[in-house]
Amino acid sequence: MIDKGTWTVKKGLAEMLKGGVIMDVTTPEQAKIAEEAGAVAVMALEKVPADIRAAGGVARMADPEIILRIMDAVTIPVMAKCRIGHFVEAQILEAIGVDYIDESEVLTPADDQHHVNKHAFKVPFVCGARNLGEALRRIAEGAAMIRTKGEPGTGDVIEAVRHMRQMNKEIRRLQSLREEELMAAAKEMGAPYELVLEVARTGKLPVVNFAAGGIATPADAALLMQLGADGIFVGSGIFKSGDPMKRARAIVAATTHYNDPHVLAEVSRDLGEPMVGINISTLELVERMQERGW
Amino acid sequence: MLALQGAFREHRLVLERMGIKSREVKKAEHLEGIDGLIIPGGESTTIGKLLVDFGIREPLLRLIEKGLPLFGTCAGMIVMAKEIVGSRQPRLGVMDIVVRRNAFGRQVDSFETDLEVKGIEGGPVRAVFIRAPYIEAAGEGVEILAEFAGKAVMARQENCLATAFHPELTSDNRIHQLFIQMVEDYLRKK
Repeated sequence: MIDKGTWTVKKGLAEMLKGGVIMDVTTPEQAKIAEEAGAVAVMALEKVPADIRAAGGVARMADPEIILRIMDAVTIPVMAKCRIGHFVEAQILEAIGVDYIDESEVLTPADDQHHVNKHAFKVPFVCGARNLGEALRRIAEGAAMIRTKGEPGTGDVIEAVRHMRQMNKEIRRLQSLREEELMAAAKEMGAPYELVLEVARTGKLPVVNFAAGGIATPADAALLMQLGADGIFVGSGIFKSGDPMKRARAIVAATTHYNDPHVLAEVSRDLGEPMVGINISTLELVERMQERGW
Repeated sequence: MLALQGAFREHRLVLERMGIKSREVKKAEHLEGIDGLIIPGGESTTIGKLLVDFGIREPLLRLIEKGLPLFGTCAGMIVMAKEIVGSRQPRLGVMDIVVRRNAFGRQVDSFETDLEVKGIEGGPVRAVFIRAPYIEAAGEGVEILAEFAGKAVMARQENCLATAFHPELTSDNRIHQLFIQMVEDYLRKK
C-alpha cells in the first residue's frame, strides 16, 4: 500500500528546500547554471518578471515545451507558474510532471474572485501572500508552501521586507490573544478559524514560508533570512545581472551563512553589475503585481 | 547536524524529543567536539557543493575515518554514496553503495508507505519518500536494512547509516534511536 500526493509528501518537499535558493530560469542553459551554482530548485518561465513587466499585455503559463526542456536539463526540482484561478493551466502543469506549481501574481490573473482548489491536485502548490490572512486562505485552499509576494521584477526589496515583517507581526499578535479573542481575529483577517487557532498555538505558519519579490543581492537574501524566511526565491535578480553564475553562487552562500557577516562580506565582493531595478515608489497601484490575489 | 541546506530543523526536533543535544554545523570549526553527525534531506547537489566550498569535506572525512557515526537521510544518503548514477556532483563517498537519484520518479510520484526495517522492533515504520533515491548496488561490507518494491532503501556500513526516506518527518523516533545507539557504542570505544 502506497499513498501518493499526501499532505506530508507535498509539504515535505518544501521542507527539503529550506535554507535554499529557488531561481527563475527561461532556458535549459540558465537552468544548468542555476543547478551548478547550488540552487535547490528552478522556476521555469518564458520571461522573468522584469521582462513581463516591460512587455505588458497578458502574461500566461509558459509553453510546456520550454518547461519540459528545462526538466530534461537538470536533476533538481522544477517549478512552473500558472495564473491565479486558472485550474486548467495547473492541470496541464501537473500532467507534464512539474514538481511544484506556483499560482502566481506575476502572471495575469484568470479569475478575479477565486484561487485554484489546490487540494484537488497531487502536485504541491506554492502561493504568494502579503499578510497572515492571505497566507492562511491559501493554505486552506491547499497550498503546501507560502512565499511573500514582495514586488516582482523590481529588484527593490522593500515590499518583501514589509510582507515578511507583517506576517511575523500578525503571528506574534495572535500568540498574545486570549482564546475567545481568536474568532474575532479570524474574522478580521478573513482567515479560517481552525488555522488561526493552530498559528496562535504553535507561533508559526503551518507550512514553509520563503521570501520572494525584489531580492537582487546576497545581502538582500540574508536580510530576509534574518527576518525569519525559510528560504529565498530570486526572480529577475540573477539572470538580469552582469555575472549570473557568480551572483547565483553568492546568493546561495549568503542564504546558508545569513548570520555570518564575514562570509556575507566575502561573497558580496566584486559581483559585477546588479539588475538595474525599479524604485517601487515610482510604480502606479495598477502596475503592482502584489495587488493581485484575493 | 549538517546545516548547510535542507530539513535540519526537523532532525533537531526529533533529537530534542529524545533528550539529545544537537548543534548546527555550517563551517569546519563547528565539527569540533561532536559525537555524531546527521546529514539531512535537502538537495544533494547544493549540500555537496557547500561541503566543498566551505572546506568541511576534508576535515569531516578525517573524522569519519576515525569512526565518527554518520547518519544521512535522502540527500544525505546520496552525499554519503561512493557512486551516484550519471552524476559527478561533489560528495563524501564514504559508503560503498551505488545510488540512483529521483529513482522513484518526480514529485507527483512521491509517496508514503509502511516499511519493515531489520533490527527495529514493534512493527513497521511510516516511511516518507520524496523524490527519493534507492541503492542500486552495494559492496560486501554494506548491510541492507530495508527494501521497498525490491529496491534497497536503508543500509548500514560500519559507522555509516543511510535511509532513502525521511524518518524526521514522522513522530516515530525508532530510526534515530538506532543511530543514537551507534553514537553510544562509538563513545564507549573512544
